Amino acid sequence: MRRILAILMENEPGSLSRIVGLFSQRAFNIESLTVAPTNDNSLSRMTIATEGDDKVLEQIVKQVNKLIDVIKITDITDRQHIERELLLVKVAAVSDKARNDIKRITDIFRGSIVDIGKQVYTVQLTGDAEKLNAFIVAIEHETDIIESARSGCVGMARGDKALRL
Amino acid sequence: MTKELFTGAEMVVKSLSALKVKYIFGYPGGSVLDIYDAIFQQDEIEHILVRHEQAATHMADGYARATGEVGVVLATSGPGATNCVTGIATAYMDSIPMVVLAGQVASSLIGNDAFQETDIVGCTRPIIKHSFSCRSLADIPVAIAKAFYLASTGRPGPVVIELPKDILIPDNKAPFSIDTDIKIRSYNPTITGHPKQIKKAAKTIASAKKLVVYSGGGIILSDSSELLTTLVETLKAPVTNTLMGLGGISGTHKQFVGMLGMHGSLEANKSMANADVILALGVRFDDRVTNNVEKFCPNATIIHVDIDPTSISKTINAHIPVVGLVDVVMQQLLDELTRINFTPDEAALSQWWQQINEWRDVKSMSYEQTDTGKIKPQRVVQALYKITQGDAYICSDVGQHQMFAAQHYPFAKPRQWINSGGAGTMGFGLPAAMGVKLAFPDKHVVCITGDGSIQMNIQELSTCSQYNLPVVIVTLNNRSLGMVRQWQDMVYGGRHSSSYMESLPDFVKIAEAYGHIGIQIDNLAELDEKLTQAFAIKERLVFVDVMVDEKEHVYPMQIRTGAIDEMWLKKGVKA
Repeated sequence: MRRILAILMENEPGSLSRIVGLFSQRAFNIESLTVAPTNDNSLSRMTIATEGDDKVLEQIVKQVNKLIDVIKITDITDRQHIERELLLVKVAAVSDKARNDIKRITDIFRGSIVDIGKQVYTVQLTGDAEKLNAFIVAIEHETDIIESARSGCVGMARGDKALRL
Repeated sequence: MTKELFTGAEMVVKSLSALKVKYIFGYPGGSVLDIYDAIFQQDEIEHILVRHEQAATHMADGYARATGEVGVVLATSGPGATNCVTGIATAYMDSIPMVVLAGQVASSLIGNDAFQETDIVGCTRPIIKHSFSCRSLADIPVAIAKAFYLASTGRPGPVVIELPKDILIPDNKAPFSIDTDIKIRSYNPTITGHPKQIKKAAKTIASAKKLVVYSGGGIILSDSSELLTTLVETLKAPVTNTLMGLGGISGTHKQFVGMLGMHGSLEANKSMANADVILALGVRFDDRVTNNVEKFCPNATIIHVDIDPTSISKTINAHIPVVGLVDVVMQQLLDELTRINFTPDEAALSQWWQQINEWRDVKSMSYEQTDTGKIKPQRVVQALYKITQGDAYICSDVGQHQMFAAQHYPFAKPRQWINSGGAGTMGFGLPAAMGVKLAFPDKHVVCITGDGSIQMNIQELSTCSQYNLPVVIVTLNNRSLGMVRQWQDMVYGGRHSSSYMESLPDFVKIAEAYGHIGIQIDNLAELDEKLTQAFAIKERLVFVDVMVDEKEHVYPMQIRTGAIDEMWLKKGVKA
């Protein structure tokens, strides 16, 4: 089952490689991983999307928590949460029909066209993984995808619950 | 007033002094010459020069296991540091407190593939508790103080500190201060067991009919063998130890049913398999204990106490997990048992012990020694036990001799049995014994080894000469890699692929060449006498090369893919 883990850790050199190393060393999967410093510059916030049954997930959470740099880890999958991912996709826009189709589909998905070239449009879209996947299927139906980049998901629990020091 | 200024190298030594370090085990080289220069100019800390960095780590490890203190290693960058990798992994697998100071090329050269540059922090990342890369002089005392704190608290383990040359050299100086009262906001091991879990555990123990206590290295590391003995005597239940836990309760205690696992006693493994409650204390349900996890103790309620949450329910699901320091939790359990007016169920205990005694009567550790036949390795270990009156530090290498030692030398005290349990590192025994001898020069320190293992760090005989470390080396010499050969006999149709040592050296001459005494024993009639002679020599290292029966296998032995108690008692005889 797909899980989203939110991790708060020390913003120190080597912290990221310890996490990545742990996942490969113990044969855990990483579907996506995002990391950046938080408003408190001494802390980094990481979101990992991973796969595994309950037993594997229990080990992942415990093993990550055991790393000295890690302050907190939480599995946000089972509770109400917000999940967002950013997609940038460059698509072929060679005819009026293609340009209209791209514009229409982008509007439906509430994305935006953020750049144009002679024969390409670049579309920006945010949402959960499912929405991004659906957009890619829809746009591929109308035109060619030339390049795409996804940020991997970031997540946060809804309501008053917070992952902080 | 201007503050006194120090170089980084001086800070390293001053930091170690502040942490009351007595010995550093190491080997010099380009990037750490400044530290060696600083060591030269003080006399609080003694440096022990080994002949190979791997031995430095094992020596620090043996010292740490015997004393409970943090073992300290110093190695240069590149190959010096990578030679430490096996020793770090060994300490990591057995949770031994160790700090490894590794030199590094100057910061400006890092990443340039400079001479003797290796990313040692990267190399060791999977086998350390934590690591630090110092980038400035101010980092040095902070990293060292934190490293000692991390290495020795919670679940202990090795910590690596990387020291680039540019922060060690005399050009750069800074004021020195060290704060040894460490707090790390992201590191707070759970010490006290959760009261709810303690209540549940005590209630489960109180209603057990067939309880067994399964204790491991956690008891040794937390110095809680007395408390374990009290707990076990309160419960009147059988107790078994893991390979790492031997000495946690006296090997001659009447409730001790022996080591469990692959080469454990039948009664220990049977007790586990038939238990209704297993109280697991400071253990990790290693695969060399459980055998097939699918068939592991199906009827038992498992209470698992450990300081490390990742050890709990990793291989075997714990019904009642208790995270905490094992000695604190044992005291909590004793208090809770008192509170609920626990009295042992004598009727159930009597039945349970009757059953256990039947398994004991099988005498699963027995072997056949004839007066005229080749010396059996087990017989040598028993002779050692007699001669040392059970009071020696026994440091083992890895292989058949390790199992024979674990089986036939009943350890009375914790920290008396020193072996590489988790990693199974051949070459560990001699340097570990040297570390122990350094800490306890008046005690008998024995290295039980084999003709394979001893050759993996035999160069340390030279270090023994330099620092006068008169350990007794006893090689159970079977002219082959015994454990490999045993598996080839049992599993690989007797095809002895690369398990012979066809060109063994003359160990007596090797010992003599290094300035020691060598004794060879090749018949039973002279075994006790010559061993006694060896132990009578106190001031010199004695290397006793005992020719043992090369065909002897270690029994009993768990049957692969079977349950914990499915065992071979001898060739072709199942329990």
